Amino acid sequence: MQELINRAKELLADGTVARVLGWKAGDLPFNPEPAYFEKEEDFADFVYDGFCGANLSKYMIEASKLEGKTLVCLKPCDTYSFRQLMKEHRVNREKAYIIGVGCRGKLDVNKIRDLGIKGIESVQGAEIEGSDTLTFQTLYGEKTCSYADAMLERCHVCKGKEHMIYDELIGESRETKDADRFAEVEKIEAMSPEERFAYFQKELSKCIRCNACRNVCPACSCRKCVFDSNKFDSAQKANVNSFEEKMFHIIRAFHVAGRCTDCGECSRVCPQGIPLHLFNRKFIKDIDELYGEYQAGADDEERGPLTSYTVDDAEPGIVAERG
Amino acid sequence: MSIEAKEEFRPKIVAFCCNWCSYAGADLAGSSRLAYPADVKIIRVPCSCRVNPMFILRAFERGADGVILCGCHPGDCHYTSGNYYARRRMTLLFSMLDFIGVENGRTRVEWVSAAEGVKFSTTMREFVDKIRSLGKNVRLEDLRCRN
Repeated sequence: MQELINRAKELLADGTVARVLGWKAGDLPFNPEPAYFEKEEDFADFVYDGFCGANLSKYMIEASKLEGKTLVCLKPCDTYSFRQLMKEHRVNREKAYIIGVGCRGKLDVNKIRDLGIKGIESVQGAEIEGSDTLTFQTLYGEKTCSYADAMLERCHVCKGKEHMIYDELIGESRETKDADRFAEVEKIEAMSPEERFAYFQKELSKCIRCNACRNVCPACSCRKCVFDSNKFDSAQKANVNSFEEKMFHIIRAFHVAGRCTDCGECSRVCPQGIPLHLFNRKFIKDIDELYGEYQAGADDEERGPLTSYTVDDAEPGIVAERG
Repeated sequence: MSIEAKEEFRPKIVAFCCNWCSYAGADLAGSSRLAYPADVKIIRVPCSCRVNPMFILRAFERGADGVILCGCHPGDCHYTSGNYYARRRMTLLFSMLDFIGVENGRTRVEWVSAAEGVKFSTTMREFVDKIRSLGKNVRLEDLRCRN
């Protein structure tokens, strides 16, 4: 992390970049938040550790409109989002100085809580060069758990630790993939329609329409969103009608289908713990099976699966046929 | 004494028909005096790819029990390639509806040309029968456990 800070300060000092986009320490040890750093003294609370799951590529849409270059720290999975946004002409490559930061998987505080570790006061071992064991000082004494057990679901099905786009790389990455990406989707597909319906009814009923999934999603960055209020000048309208309430997640998943890089931010930020990535991953699985393997953000040229076609595509009836 | 209500379930079916083929096909079915159930409400669209997946969801939300999309046969699109895009979109949407447990017979895509009045009427009859057997659409309505 020190290497990253030193390099960022250096680039800021010599005028290559006007600001640095990174993470700063939050009010708790496990909630760092995205922040701009414009002066050297700001770096006092710069942090990059296992809890820095936030994908910074979406912030580059706004940063692209600012004067001067922005240094942005991107993890391997974030670079897919950045490249996809580049393809959609939402971010300006010229305005970004990308430092590809190393990653050994990001931590999920909810998983840590599920392990019975609550009242966390400080954490050791979450640093980027840290150990395989996390040690927590909690209100109830010292507790430990293994790093892998506390990792986000998305890190267990990691797309790879290779940066898709960068100006320079800082820090080592470590492979974290130890599960099949589509295993969860397949598990649900194997259920009967009644079971599937009951499962999704249970999950979607938890939604409080806070719009966090939409606001964090790099693919969900339309200037005007269909879910924005047309009556009030506010993006945060809640439950305006029953249609939205019921269909919100299906519509949102469809809107990002073919562009979703499967960064898993939607599930990470959901305050209700809804496995929202399942919708996106179902679309990705279908696209892979029906139209050939496609990873959004892995290239600059190829057309997205929903903006191209072949004359012998499967007919929609295939859904009923495969049962 | 009780009066047994023997009212048959009359589903509400929305059919999106493209202006150039299927709507003309429906017209031909009419002018050839081919009957198809009056439960089908046709909405004319310029092209099958005009149909946003949200239209289909919206139709269900407004009380439709089945939604069918009709367009030109692949390769015959008035706008060259619209129905190819529609085909991909609908395949993915139907697959998603199936994934969340909505009966997959409630949605259908059929390619009907302007000369296929007979196909239009048989397709509609088949589809209405299918929806009758599935009954009222409650699952999408109840997706968020309001009832």
